[in-house]
Amino acid sequence: MKILVCISNVPDTTTKIKLSADSKSVDTSGIQWVINPWDELALTRALELKETTGGAIEKVTVATVGTAEVEPTLRKALAIGADDAFRVDINPQDAYQVAAELTGLIKANPYDIILCGIESSDYNGSAVGGMLAELLGIASVSSVSSLSVVNGEVQLTREIDGGKETMVSSLPFTAIVQKGISLEPRIPSMRGIMTARAKPLQVVPSFGTESLTLISGFKLPAPKAACHIVDGENVKDLIRLLHEEAKVI
Amino acid sequence: MSILVYIENREGKFHKGAFELVSYAARIAKDTNTTVVALSIGEITKEEMSRAGTYGASKVITVNVPRLTALDNAAYTSVIEQAVSLEAATVVVLASGFTGKAIAPRLSARLKAGLVPAAVTVPVSYNPFVIRKKTFNGKALAEIQVNTAIKIITLNPNSFGLHEMPVSSEIVEFQPAFSERDFGTKVLSTDKQVGKVLLTEADIVVSGGRGMKGPENWGPIEELAGLLGAATSCSRPVADEGWRSHTEHVGQTGKVIAPILYFALGISGAIQHVAGVSSSKVIVAVNKDPEAPIFSVADYGIVGDVQKVLPELIDAVKAFKANA
Repeated sequence: MKILVCISNVPDTTTKIKLSADSKSVDTSGIQWVINPWDELALTRALELKETTGGAIEKVTVATVGTAEVEPTLRKALAIGADDAFRVDINPQDAYQVAAELTGLIKANPYDIILCGIESSDYNGSAVGGMLAELLGIASVSSVSSLSVVNGEVQLTREIDGGKETMVSSLPFTAIVQKGISLEPRIPSMRGIMTARAKPLQVVPSFGTESLTLISGFKLPAPKAACHIVDGENVKDLIRLLHEEAKVI
Repeated sequence: MSILVYIENREGKFHKGAFELVSYAARIAKDTNTTVVALSIGEITKEEMSRAGTYGASKVITVNVPRLTALDNAAYTSVIEQAVSLEAATVVVLASGFTGKAIAPRLSARLKAGLVPAAVTVPVSYNPFVIRKKTFNGKALAEIQVNTAIKIITLNPNSFGLHEMPVSSEIVEFQPAFSERDFGTKVLSTDKQVGKVLLTEADIVVSGGRGMKGPENWGPIEELAGLLGAATSCSRPVADEGWRSHTEHVGQTGKVIAPILYFALGISGAIQHVAGVSSSKVIVAVNKDPEAPIFSVADYGIVGDVQKVLPELIDAVKAFKANA
């Protein structure tokens, strides 16, 4: 079996977001870019599966859609342990375009298990995995919190409202993974960083797809008013404020 | 033309979130001079279905097919796709929750209809069709313009509210067609708590952090939550330590929630935590460190030891409820 992990390149969570002068885009100067946290957990799980299933997983590939600027993130994924990488060379306009470009890539290079993080911490869209599965005409399972391969069969747990379900899926399929899929993201070792330089990273031209939506502008949220500190000796006052002023209880 | 809204029924009942979605769809229908059709999958009484009319749904379609008992993303997409075509829907509204996140992207790709995921407003303009959503974990709002004939929106819970707009609603049963490709997944077993307030939909959430010192101290958190009809949650270290189940973890890599009232008890407020709760309407923080970052996002705060403040908070809520 072959696993593909779709990787998104996102600003580090601690990054302060600034807008361009015309508010049409985000000012990317000074942003520290990282692998989207959920994608990092997906990659970690893919590598664990490869190591623990006695040869059932022959290869773990990572792929991203973006310009040359996102390559350090792919190299980091190789350093963590992916075997090879693809970059589709286009600056995508929305999640649909990302999914459509990945579809072109996967049709030319089929995989049995495709892993996507449930959300990217930039546009918070939760959309690429499902769109990709639909465009490929394969099954998708969302909110996947555990994934194992037993005797060539994929077993899953998904988190549903108020509980969880154990499932199986036909192959190939897309798992949209969340917290729980692996405990801690793997950190590249020095040896990993050295060998990553020699691993194949193929740049593929765009498949000529189009987007369905565009971002017409950004706004920064209104600054929050200062916290109203209530005296710890007078907790009743807090409840009164929540009732009379905030009107939330 | 119509606005189609997919509403979930849980054990045969619609919840507040479903009515919020109908209210939202009714507002778009009013703005665009059309009507709301609600779609529900699973067994439900006619009486319960007609409740969608209170919020503006003039037609309620029910699909009751045993094969749809468990969610299969592709099969549910097929049902909604057929309803869109049947009702000539131009806008499809779903909740940005477990089911909506599973289906909406597939529906978008199938219909080549632009998706606005996790929207927080009604359209700010209809021509062009523009809706705001949060991006960068709430650090910026993006205006998403949809250029396709059909638009799909998933709405963040608690971002529109309930607005009654009573209409009489026609109830229609619908038998969808499936292809074998639709059921690629199979559920082997379900482990589900029924009747508990869902964390992602709760109006009030009581959350504990490392300041609680250990799992044995969670009794008062449960008690406060019980008094307020709230759900309980926790910060990441608490879930990682195994004090609480990771299903309770709210924050960047856990659940993202938007309750009306959020209690952060003994939580310092790391940026990853705030990313999961910053959409809460009102945040109350209790922390012994006056410099804790949680106070920069909180609306109300008490500086003090949470172990000491929490019992007083419980007493104060009891007294408030006794007088209410």
